Amino acid sequence: MASKVIHALYIDDDVLMDAVKKTRAAHYHIEEVYTPFPVHGLDKIMGLPHTKLAIASFMYGCVGLTVAITMMNFIMIEDWPQNIGGKPSFSYIENMPAFVPIMFELTVFFAAHLMVITFYMRSKLWPFKEAENPDVRTTDDHFLMEIDVANHDVVEMSNFLAETGAVEINLVDKE
Amino acid sequence: MYTLPSKLRLFSIVLMVVGAIGLVAGFVSAPSTVGDVKELLASHHDSHGASKKDHDVVDGHGTSDSAEAHESADAHGGDAHYEHVLHQLQNKPWAALYIAAFFFFMISLGVLAFYAIQFAAQAGWSPVLFRVMEAITAYLVPGGIIMFVILALSGFHVNHLFTWADPAVVEHDALIQGKSGWLNGTGFVIRAAVFLGGWITYRHFAIKFSRNQDEADKGDITWHKKSFKIAAGFLVFFIYTESMMSWDWIMSFDPHWFSTLFGWYVFAGLFVCGITTIALITIYLKSQGYLEFVNNSHLHDLAKFMFGISIFWTYLWFSQFMLIWYSNIPEEVTYFVTRIEDYNLPFFGMLLMNFLFPLLILMNSDFKRMNWFIVMAGVVILCGHYVDVFNMVMPATVGQSWFIGLSEISSVLLFLGLFLFVVFGALTKAPLLAKGNPYIEESKHYHY
Repeated sequence: MASKVIHALYIDDDVLMDAVKKTRAAHYHIEEVYTPFPVHGLDKIMGLPHTKLAIASFMYGCVGLTVAITMMNFIMIEDWPQNIGGKPSFSYIENMPAFVPIMFELTVFFAAHLMVITFYMRSKLWPFKEAENPDVRTTDDHFLMEIDVANHDVVEMSNFLAETGAVEINLVDKE
Repeated sequence: MYTLPSKLRLFSIVLMVVGAIGLVAGFVSAPSTVGDVKELLASHHDSHGASKKDHDVVDGHGTSDSAEAHESADAHGGDAHYEHVLHQLQNKPWAALYIAAFFFFMISLGVLAFYAIQFAAQAGWSPVLFRVMEAITAYLVPGGIIMFVILALSGFHVNHLFTWADPAVVEHDALIQGKSGWLNGTGFVIRAAVFLGGWITYRHFAIKFSRNQDEADKGDITWHKKSFKIAAGFLVFFIYTESMMSWDWIMSFDPHWFSTLFGWYVFAGLFVCGITTIALITIYLKSQGYLEFVNNSHLHDLAKFMFGISIFWTYLWFSQFMLIWYSNIPEEVTYFVTRIEDYNLPFFGMLLMNFLFPLLILMNSDFKRMNWFIVMAGVVILCGHYVDVFNMVMPATVGQSWFIGLSEISSVLLFLGLFLFVVFGALTKAPLLAKGNPYIEESKHYHY
């Protein structure tokens, strides 16, 4: 069943933040907000749950560190020990300072790449994905708040949104 | 306005008195003859009983003349060794005094640099903390004068902290002779005067302009613009003088050794200590009901700096260590060999305190907003950097004869007392909000 939503457009992020606060206070349900750039603090005001991406990133970092240690221990100590700089100690811990840059780099590498990939998967983004963006202007200079109409009165709602500073208010059928 | 609680005042005076008494006792109890040292070492051996072995074999003295001294120790059947220990033990209270004096001085210097950066960067988040920073930099004046006196005494060889100041050592040391154009008492004292004079002058005018801006008419930001200009000028002066200060005041303890990033290394240490102290004093004042305009976003930012600069410090520490360890050139690597062999616990313990602990404690975003975590991490960071200074000064001055004893603890108490007395006294001199600063509204509403 198609549901009706209202698209309220704003042209300033501060006005938008204020509008989001008021709309939530008035107990309307905000489906989504589309912005041309990340608006600082918007997630908190919308009441979105805190991201778990940081925890995932920490674990990816630990994986990277482990990979670096195991890999270098195998390559440089077990499989093919080499005399580099007069330090043929054949012990990982004694040669450790030389391995620290690689341990650091792989920690960062794993944390960064896997975090981005996780973010894409969680946001359901992949190559050739059709944009879900309802209005192209939100990729330029407009901010769009999508509010669920549910069983509220449409006229009353649009008056309320106009008061919050919306420059354009559209009633849309959503699939 | 802040009024100094009489308890805090009394507490700081008690600290100073106890510290001063302990330090005098430390100087008095230092052995004065070789006989005293023999007695001391003998009783030390007895008390250890079974572990007699650990002090029998004493080679390497942590100082540049170790090889020479070792040979003579063998030749003279150990008497020269006792004399060497005597000198180390006589140095010990001086070195302890020096470390504590420098440690508290570097906190206020770090805050001064941080304060100047806020102006030069035109930061909008921090003006609510300016009065706390200004108060901490007040210690720069008494702390700087004390440093200057100690440096002058050391530079002219009243004590034996700097081997390059001892004409008898320089006479036989071609390397120090080559550096004597820079490392001589007169130049040393003149440079110290220039560094300290420059920093204290900047502080004087920065505070004056900040107070004047408070009194200025609404919309008139002439004084703020002046603050910006002198802050920018000071930062240029600071980064050169700080670097040279680190060679003079710390690196020259090991006059044969040098490291090209030493200035940055010392800077990272003093910077993180300064920021930590801002956070600790801010939390303390908030707990007393002051600074109601400081919210946990400000503390969050300070904690981010503590976290970030701790990692920056580690980066520099490691860059210095790894290159020297890897290249393994004798005249360079002795610096770390003495520290790892004779100072194993403080050397590696410091890494845990200055890197691993803040890394794990302050990584989580939510923890950076909890006072309890900031205070815990902050105390460990400050202790860790005290140990860092200890590791930089002690090996070259007292060698293997180090231990955290009466002189070390007393001198920390003495300077802690003085620091608290001066800083909290300075807080009472002006309103706690720099109300004239053009960014003050932005700062009050700062929210992350």
